[in-house]
Amino acid sequence: MTPGAFEYHRPNTVEEALALIERFGDEGKVLAGGHSLVPMMKLRLAEPAHLIDINAVGGLRGIRGEAGAIVIGAATTQSEILNSGMLLEKCPILPEAAAQIADPQVRNCGTIGGNCANGDPGNDDPAIMMVLDASYVLRGPIGERQVSARKFYQGVYTTALEENELLIEIRIPAPAKGAGMAYRKLKRKVGDYAIAAAAAVLSMSGGRCTDAAIAITNVGDTALFVPAAANALQGTPVDATAIAAAAQAVMAAAEPVEDLRGTVEYRTAMAGQMTRQAIASALSRAVGS
Amino acid sequence: MSDTREMTLEEREATIGGIGTARKRKEDARFIRGQGNYVDDIKLPGMLHGDFVRSSHAHALVKSIDTEAALKVPGVLAVVTAKDLEPLNLHWMPTLAGDMAAVLADKKVHFQNQEIAFVVATDRYAATDGVQLVEVEYEALPPLIDPKTALDPGAPVIRDDVAENEEVGQGKRHHPNHIFEWQVGDEAATDAAFEAADITISEDILYPRCHPSPLETCGCVASMDAVNGKLTVYGTFQAPHVIRTVVSLITGLEESKIRIVSPDIGGGFGNKVGAYPGYICAAAASIVTGHPVKWIESRIDNLTSTAFARDYHMTGELAADKDGKILAVRAKVLADHGAFNTHAQPMKWPAGLFNILTGSYDIPVGHVKVDGVYTNKAPGGVAYRCSFRVTEAAYLIERLVDVLAQKTSVDKAEIRLRNFVQPEQFPYKSSLGWEYDSGDYPTALKKVLAAVDYEGLRREQAEKREKGELMGIGISTFTEIVGAGPVRNCDIVGLGMFDSCEIRVHPTGSVIARLGTKSQGQGHETTFAQIIATELGIPSDNITVEEGDTDTAPYGLGTYGSRSTPVAGAATARAARKIREKAKKIAAHVLEASVDDLEWDVDRFKVTGSDLSITMKAIAMAAYSNVPEDMEHGLETTDYYNPPNFTYPFGAYVCVVEIDRFTGDVKVRRFYALDDCGTRINPMVIDGQIHGGLTEAFGIALGQQIIYDETGNVLGANLMDYFLPTAVETPKWETDFTVTPCPHHPIGAKGIGESPNVGGVPAFTNAIVDAFAHLGVTHMPMPHTQGAVWRTLNELSLNK
Ligand SMILES: Cc1cc2nc3c(=O)[nH]c(=O)nc-3n(C[C@H](O)[C@H](O)[C@H](O)COP(=O)(O)OP(=O)(O)OC[C@H]3O[C@@H](n4cnc5c(N)ncnc54)[C@H](O)[C@@H]3O)c2cc1C
Repeated sequence: MTPGAFEYHRPNTVEEALALIERFGDEGKVLAGGHSLVPMMKLRLAEPAHLIDINAVGGLRGIRGEAGAIVIGAATTQSEILNSGMLLEKCPILPEAAAQIADPQVRNCGTIGGNCANGDPGNDDPAIMMVLDASYVLRGPIGERQVSARKFYQGVYTTALEENELLIEIRIPAPAKGAGMAYRKLKRKVGDYAIAAAAAVLSMSGGRCTDAAIAITNVGDTALFVPAAANALQGTPVDATAIAAAAQAVMAAAEPVEDLRGTVEYRTAMAGQMTRQAIASALSRAVGS
Repeated sequence: MSDTREMTLEEREATIGGIGTARKRKEDARFIRGQGNYVDDIKLPGMLHGDFVRSSHAHALVKSIDTEAALKVPGVLAVVTAKDLEPLNLHWMPTLAGDMAAVLADKKVHFQNQEIAFVVATDRYAATDGVQLVEVEYEALPPLIDPKTALDPGAPVIRDDVAENEEVGQGKRHHPNHIFEWQVGDEAATDAAFEAADITISEDILYPRCHPSPLETCGCVASMDAVNGKLTVYGTFQAPHVIRTVVSLITGLEESKIRIVSPDIGGGFGNKVGAYPGYICAAAASIVTGHPVKWIESRIDNLTSTAFARDYHMTGELAADKDGKILAVRAKVLADHGAFNTHAQPMKWPAGLFNILTGSYDIPVGHVKVDGVYTNKAPGGVAYRCSFRVTEAAYLIERLVDVLAQKTSVDKAEIRLRNFVQPEQFPYKSSLGWEYDSGDYPTALKKVLAAVDYEGLRREQAEKREKGELMGIGISTFTEIVGAGPVRNCDIVGLGMFDSCEIRVHPTGSVIARLGTKSQGQGHETTFAQIIATELGIPSDNITVEEGDTDTAPYGLGTYGSRSTPVAGAATARAARKIREKAKKIAAHVLEASVDDLEWDVDRFKVTGSDLSITMKAIAMAAYSNVPEDMEHGLETTDYYNPPNFTYPFGAYVCVVEIDRFTGDVKVRRFYALDDCGTRINPMVIDGQIHGGLTEAFGIALGQQIIYDETGNVLGANLMDYFLPTAVETPKWETDFTVTPCPHHPIGAKGIGESPNVGGVPAFTNAIVDAFAHLGVTHMPMPHTQGAVWRTLNELSLNK
């Protein structure tokens, strides 16, 4: 459980970081909180020759409100998310999810950018970003681009992030007033990745669902955005029948592998069950239901 | 002669802080400050580091090992293989069970992650760099993973080295993969009882392979002093003296040239009893290089190569009358020992003390048959916080009694009360061969039932069942057998399982005591000081207890199987009493009184009927200055204690669970544990032991398992997957006690460390199965992960 040899770099600006990333190519790795990367290095599943630590890079950390959007710096820690009064008020699903990620020690170091950029299907934040319709701001040598979280994930540890790009920040459209949101995660113990988890956001008006988004964690090669589940809720009073239909849609979309968390059958069923719970909870929190 | 100001009796007793006092642990001051001294804290000048190349196959021939690239890594000094150890005859080592185990793979690998080569380097990183570059060429052989197929006629032969042997240390065997057959009890009478009985039940019950997983993994620092030829090994040894003798037998070094030191140990739970390739390789590497060599296991190494526990495939049966009175017990067990029999038990007991299977019940007749087999899995079979297969036995009988209760429709508490050995039956001879020393099972169970309002819980359960909710109530009324043990039936490599204590009283009245046991978190420095404090009237604070250094401690067999208090604790009390006897003579001399006129009074001898007295503190000084003419100076002695019997602690536990019928999640709502360990030395230490043991039991019951796939890959051998509960998952523990002293122990104490693990596991399973009992479910396999419980929910369509 010892990593291979590497050189450590600590740039102070995004430009310096990008230059190092460019210079070392596939020999280099960005280091944020280190709580996914360092375990991989200790197992020698990753053996980067150069670590580019972005913790000293100015401007990558913090949560701010902009017109119609919430912007979170990539190097913002899970603890900061958990303790943000602004998020608790405007986008409570983020702190709710953060509280279900790992344990306090990991959350004190682990970053939201690392969680989103990592590409592990077990990470919890990608599904959250999908239901919030967030975009990732990626900067590379030739400039900046934005990629929707719903399009970012391609497979296990493969994402739209180019080798020479850095995730700078995450832009979340300000959630609709009165929207209810919830994240439900079933796990074996604290610090465990999900057996299955589901994120739901929904808006209600006059007792009917006007907008919904549902995504699931760790039951596929990536987090899965499930429009069919949201469609099952649209226009309904989100009653038992609608919730059952949404859960069915989720189970149809889920493609878990069997592992120590459970069989394919079980994890599929749990994706449905977590969806039911997330919807019920989001509904109870939505204004106008 | 009084040298203290006048203290009241209570003050004097409080100052001493002896038996019965809930004192804080002496050890904690250093542990909570991070000032413990564990083996990985030991750094010697010029120390090198070793790491293993391990097998990626479960079963394969090793065709070649190419070390060239590894040797080019900067810092790598040597790559040791079986070929290098062979001239020293160190490539294989004897096991505590009379088998042989490969130190480094000799032509063949027998399980995944088996040690193949030992890379020695100037630092840990370089050693691992070297490991990565050693190229091993394998020729795969068919793996044998399922023990049920081990004895099939055409089964792959795992141990070519012993394939032809008639026995491998534990009696006759009948197949190359067979290790032993062990039977106990009266087979004919048992079969007859089953034939005649109104009711019989049978259940296949697996106690899955799990691992003690101490927080500190195994490791050592071996240091050969080339000048005086003395080998010192610091390591995670639960039994340092045994290790010294074994090292001497293996290497031919004189025991006087070997010093084994166990520093602070971060939990053992049986994992640190045996000898491992890492110890041998580090020692060999130190001898060859002339440098100290450190070897520390990673978590994965620990979970996949050093001793596992359990893996007992059991079929248990009870015969009973219509009222649930048990008439006979029968068990057949297939024991999976992995690739080498490194079972760590008293050697005459290939299945440990499994014949404690009668538990707390008066069962007239019984028969047990255990067959041990080899498979292509990590070797072992250690007692994970239990006294030698007692956990497996307790699990089986506690499960079977529940199954019988369901079959006869007798309440699960009532059926226990109907079958208990009664208080007046002690000493009680069990049909499977033990003599239980003391116990009062009905009192214990009744106290617990009242405390949890058992009747009320059953009513609540009935109401919940009406509503389709799942609530279970689990009872476990276990009896342990601990304190190995009487030398007539317990030995390890021929060494009787006595234990020892040496006490020296210093002139100013403080004490150092050394024992042959070794604490790994049990609090010996605190508890044994309290025994001496009471016996000698010297404050606990002034008594230092030392263990673990074979150059200073008297010979002992170490700490496991809850044997420290029953055996070394007894030696401690007896050594202290010998000292008090001498002190009495000195007191008589100083007070110019007759020995017969002296009486002991907390911390002093006083002359009966007068106010003349002398404190132990003053006697200590006199022992070095003013002794009777015919007496040697000094105040010290050693006691070697051979216990006349084991001790039989017991308990009554109740566990209440609620089950989420959609996810299979089990919520432990209440856990009430009453333990009877005889005389209670330190109630706080006892509570700590119970909390720890119950937490392990919870881990085992709800999630711990070392799993292999069909090709022999070990799955989930890391703490992300292997279920070590955190404070978040751990239920709240309520503890209680009764006191039934041990009649043959000097202070009446029994063991406590293992009861909660042994008794806790069946309480959890019984509670979970009880939640489904009304639907005809009699058993559910451990571990009760959410997915496993959900399978039952799904089969019964309860999750719809
Ligand atoms: C015990 C434990 C339990 C855990 N449990 C959970 C859990 O329940 N749920 C969960 O979601 N996670 C869990 N994690 C993972 C944890 O949340 C990590 O912190 C997170 O996955 C990665 O974030 P990081 O800041 O630590 O990134 P790092 O580990 O530093 O990096 C992860 C990857 O992302 C890349 N990267 C990081 N930042 C950027 C960036 N700004 N731009 C481009 N690439 C970047 C790195 O190069 C690396 O490839 C757990 C971790 C541990 C150790």
